[in-house]
Amino acid sequence: MRKRSAIVCFTLLAAAILLPWLFYDFAHHRPAGFVISMLSQMGMMIILALSYNMLLGQAGLFSLCHATFFGFGGYATIHFLNAAGAGDLPVPMELMPLLAGLSGLGLAIVFGAMATKQRATAFAMITLGIGELVATAALMFHHFFGGEGGVNTDRMIDRSLFGLSYASGTQVYYLIVGWTFIATLLMWLQTMTPLGRMANACRDNFERAQFMGYDPRIVRFLQFCLAGFFAGIGGGLYAITYEIVTFDAVAAPLSANALLMAYIGGNMVFAGPILGAVLITLLQSGVSLMSNSWLIYVGVLFIAMVTFAPAGLTGIIVAHGPIWRAGRISQLILPYLRLLVPGIAAVTGFVGMVELLSFLTIGAAAGKQLVLFGSPIDVNSASPWVVAIVLLVVGSVWLRFEARYFARVWESVGGDAEVQA
Amino acid sequence: MEVLLVSLLNGLVYGMLLFMLASGLTLIFSMMGVLNFAHGSIYMLGAYFAYESTHWIDFWSALLIAPLLCGAIGAAIEVWGLRRVHHNGHIAELLFTFGLVFIIGRSVQMAWGMLPMPYRVPAGLDFPLFTLYGLQFPAYRGFMLLVSAGMLGGIWLLLKRTRVGMIIQAALTHPGMTAALGHNVPLVFTIVFAGGCFLAGLAGVIGGNYQSTEPGMADAMGPIVFVVVVFGGLGSLVGCFIASIIMGMVVTFSVVIDASIADLLRPIGIMPRNDDLLGEILTVPVARIGALLPLLMMVLILFFRPRGLLGTRDT
Repeated sequence: MRKRSAIVCFTLLAAAILLPWLFYDFAHHRPAGFVISMLSQMGMMIILALSYNMLLGQAGLFSLCHATFFGFGGYATIHFLNAAGAGDLPVPMELMPLLAGLSGLGLAIVFGAMATKQRATAFAMITLGIGELVATAALMFHHFFGGEGGVNTDRMIDRSLFGLSYASGTQVYYLIVGWTFIATLLMWLQTMTPLGRMANACRDNFERAQFMGYDPRIVRFLQFCLAGFFAGIGGGLYAITYEIVTFDAVAAPLSANALLMAYIGGNMVFAGPILGAVLITLLQSGVSLMSNSWLIYVGVLFIAMVTFAPAGLTGIIVAHGPIWRAGRISQLILPYLRLLVPGIAAVTGFVGMVELLSFLTIGAAAGKQLVLFGSPIDVNSASPWVVAIVLLVVGSVWLRFEARYFARVWESVGGDAEVQA
Repeated sequence: MEVLLVSLLNGLVYGMLLFMLASGLTLIFSMMGVLNFAHGSIYMLGAYFAYESTHWIDFWSALLIAPLLCGAIGAAIEVWGLRRVHHNGHIAELLFTFGLVFIIGRSVQMAWGMLPMPYRVPAGLDFPLFTLYGLQFPAYRGFMLLVSAGMLGGIWLLLKRTRVGMIIQAALTHPGMTAALGHNVPLVFTIVFAGGCFLAGLAGVIGGNYQSTEPGMADAMGPIVFVVVVFGGLGSLVGCFIASIIMGMVVTFSVVIDASIADLLRPIGIMPRNDDLLGEILTVPVARIGALLPLLMMVLILFFRPRGLLGTRDT
């Protein structure tokens, strides 16, 4: 098992190293800027989501202030870079994320001491308050946070372990790959330490953990601090990449994003948040360009996951493991195909409804033409509405029917497979 | 003196509005252990429903219909949503309501657009109630006070003096025993959730034209209501009331205070200058950081009393 994880891990690393060259524009000798910036974004988001999962998945703590540590690491890095640029801080570029992580750790110690006195719901509310506190303060105080305009820097501090200038996005990208790899590895190792195991124990049954002589509060506190440390590293990379950190980096939407990535990817498997971060970043840069209703799709996807697949995408994949090993996966092909048809119909109908509705109130005012699935659509005629509603209603009713059939097959296959395993 | 009195009245109005939201939240929490993150969103829906229904009916009917709609939505959320995810634990329930925030927020933008709605104070209440040191106190604020005080009395009577209230109170602390005595506890849960949403909707109806009816109002109101609930102590209705009034006063009074910490330090010979972060914190006038004060107070009370003002239990 561990050997296979290592293979997956190094394949991913190799892919991360090679991907920019796949999209390299050899005709003009130009790196693919969009791809590199998206991959860089993915790297930071992977760190953010993984460190968030140290709380949500491993310790069962629902935090709503994770961006606070990410953003604080970012702000601190801007100031470190400015100091280094002025020659006051003899730290090479490659170690800047470490300083950012330590800044995140410092803040996490302060806030963690308060928040980890509670668990579950009260913890969630307190972290919400802390997140709001820092985000509001970021808008009000100018010396450290720069107010609404944020703080900016120049990353070419001319001090590097490898003699790099970090003038190009590609060099920064490889810095991000390196740090993402290190942080991921450390977080993975952390899950196997006694602290990581005790965090699991306190998540599952904190009273029993208490009977065994551990203080769940200390476990929560240490886990919270470590999560803050890694989030800070992510924030440091953010500051180095964009050379500006604004209020957005500490604000609630980013905390929510961390939650969405970890949960949709799956919080019970270590690699889950990685998948979630990659997927959400792809969706964000893809879908949000096409549609301004991006949040409603994420919201619906999220609620569907909470209701039907609480273990997330990786949880769904893992559930297929026993069936695969039992060699019965082929029996699931037909049920999946039967789910696909009404599923596509329902999703198309839903997307159609959302886009038509939102165009009516938001898009139409901008004087644009609605283009849906590659063809221009007249929102004032009845036909697109009828098509969307019919697709949505028929699709969902049919989907319900097929879902029952799927559940029957799944139970027969899964049930048998478990016995054989 | 006039500033003091006017701020006192305005703080009371705002505090009572906060209490309307926070009471529903704390009732739902103490009963089901679920924190409804979508509470601010329901408040927003209440305001939009009221605005929409004033096109067809008068304000007084909207005052009843919009909260009822919100209550119905709350019941639907409980029956078809929360009950399904209940077996996955409290975190799943929290996450569920968290997802609702996105959906409701975006749906409101889809239905009504991004711009603030012209939801106005009804003509029958659009006159100055009395004049205080030359400043007029609008009758609508008096009406808000009346509604929220009525609600406070209503809740108290319902919980303490009726049979339904007794069953609700019993189900709060001993759900298993209450069910064993033959009461339908899941139904009680639905009623409480719907009731909390009804109150949030009512707050939306009277708060929508007091503040402004726009897609950002849920995000503006949500965090401060959570702060009130944490400050007052989770699960305590009395603590929630005290915290609401305190927060209302703090937010209202901070706007008119032009002093800073530096003004306190000056008499003892310390002269902070606004040239670094610490100096800035010391010299910033209270009026500019009004929004920060409730959050700071929450952090402080958690430091000294982790359960909040009158909190009875840990989670």
